[in-house]
Amino acid sequence: MTVVLGIETSCDETGVGLVRDGVLLGDALSSSMAEHARFGGVVPEIAARAHVAAVVPCVNEALTRSGLSLNDVGAIAVTSGPGLATALHVGVAAAKAYAMTLGVPLYGVHHLAGHAAADTLEHGPLPAKSIVLIVSGGHTSLLLVNDLVLDPVVHLSDTLDDAAGEAFDKVARILGLSYPGGPAIDKVSRDGDPHAVKLPRPLTGPRDPKLGFSFSGLKTAVARHVEAEQKAGRELAVADIAASFQEAVADTLTRKAILACRLHDVSTLVVVGGVAANSRVRSLAAERCAAAGIELRVPPMRLCTDNGAMIAAVGDLLVRAEAKPASLSLATHPSIELTWAQLDRSVAEVLQNQ
Amino acid sequence: MLVLALDTSTPAVVVGIIDTDQESPLAERFVINPRGHGELLTPLIQEIVAEAGLTMSRLDAVVCGTGPGPFTSLRVGMVTGASIADALGKPVYPVCSLDAIGVAAAEVDDLLVITDARRKELYWARYHRGVRVAGPAVGKPEDVRVPGVVLAGHVASLYAEPWELPDRGIEYPTTATLVAAAGDALLTGAEPGEMVPLYLRKPDAVEPGARKSVIQA
Repeated sequence: MTVVLGIETSCDETGVGLVRDGVLLGDALSSSMAEHARFGGVVPEIAARAHVAAVVPCVNEALTRSGLSLNDVGAIAVTSGPGLATALHVGVAAAKAYAMTLGVPLYGVHHLAGHAAADTLEHGPLPAKSIVLIVSGGHTSLLLVNDLVLDPVVHLSDTLDDAAGEAFDKVARILGLSYPGGPAIDKVSRDGDPHAVKLPRPLTGPRDPKLGFSFSGLKTAVARHVEAEQKAGRELAVADIAASFQEAVADTLTRKAILACRLHDVSTLVVVGGVAANSRVRSLAAERCAAAGIELRVPPMRLCTDNGAMIAAVGDLLVRAEAKPASLSLATHPSIELTWAQLDRSVAEVLQNQ
Repeated sequence: MLVLALDTSTPAVVVGIIDTDQESPLAERFVINPRGHGELLTPLIQEIVAEAGLTMSRLDAVVCGTGPGPFTSLRVGMVTGASIADALGKPVYPVCSLDAIGVAAAEVDDLLVITDARRKELYWARYHRGVRVAGPAVGKPEDVRVPGVVLAGHVASLYAEPWELPDRGIEYPTTATLVAAAGDALLTGAEPGEMVPLYLRKPDAVEPGARKSVIQA
């Protein structure tokens, strides 16, 4: 059995994880989130600088937690896209250097495939067919996943503009709440009425793309409401606005995720990404899945947000599928769509072992 | 002692392996490709290790240029150097990349090393007989210019004429000069300094101001 070391540096988290045969052996995470807070969002250069300082210490910490040494590592997997270009370069450079020096194979992994694989570390292998809703600060995507590493992933939809998590951040700022916006809005919403402010459910009209997402207009609707209230001299009902916004996001996300399951005759929904931590997204997903007879899988929080373990999980699947490793000239792909879990491979190569 | 030296602080990828008992490197590569450092670096190292008839595990230390230089490629080199050293369980010695040009002109009394900092600015440092006496720093060419010095660095040829200064003709760090700049610390196996990139600039980030109104007036 091969121990796979996974490295993730696509955004503001430096993550390293070790996985063998579907089992997480140990991981380490270093976040630069606090350094970005005053800018209201992730600053690529700040993130990249933090990765440089963190990547080697994270490798060693993950090994220590696993009770392993570098000599036990049999393969390296790394997020080679999509993500912030300058941040991706750090992880890819580290992965290549470790792979070359240790003389072990290297695999370039699609970040979103990592998110889809995260749940396997907690709840075991994915079924033959599943719908994966990835909802984070950088992504809002619905995927139809068959075999995660052997079959192409069908990208059902992406957000047309802001990711859901990004909308949480922006609305939090409008309401004077802290960054990151997700936890802040979740907290104040507990005291709010989710039906107090009438907000749109984006892309749910008859002529809209059935599975499409868009959150920019929803954010603007909140801003308009806030400005109108301020203009009228009324005190902002922050909890009510936050709760109404959160309800609109949770309603849209879960409605479309369930619809995707129905349209593709799939009975398992996997919800991953930072926004999966939102209590209303979780409770509404659970409620609607139960009503629709769909099994809902949500990994624990530490596996929902960006981490190295999920990348190691994909690497582990690739190793077990006897996929062909990448070369040491592996490139970064800052904006590549998810078709194959493994990047920098031709379709023919992926299929060679099927 | 077998040392791997690398520098990615300029448009060139510089890698080499040197036996510190010998003058010339066992193998080295020099490739100018300002946008290809990430793709080129590790395969080039693999090539020189093979050419030198070695395996990675034979290396005793790594010497790595720490800039100043354009950030993304600088990081690629530094993370690669640090990761190789970690995987080998061997030390990595940081070297100011400009020093690896300065030491190559040890006969010059007043040397000004300049490299491209983009944004119409220069990274610079001054050397007296190979020893840094000012810098590294970043600045506009008109502020960097000093009368009476000898120039070096990969953009020296662009400034020699307008500044009416001699160009020493040393453009880039090399395997030998990187190792020379690492100095006694490397040769005596002293505890290496911290691997901190010489960015010399803060990240371009502006704190958000007041929100723009979404309601049209």
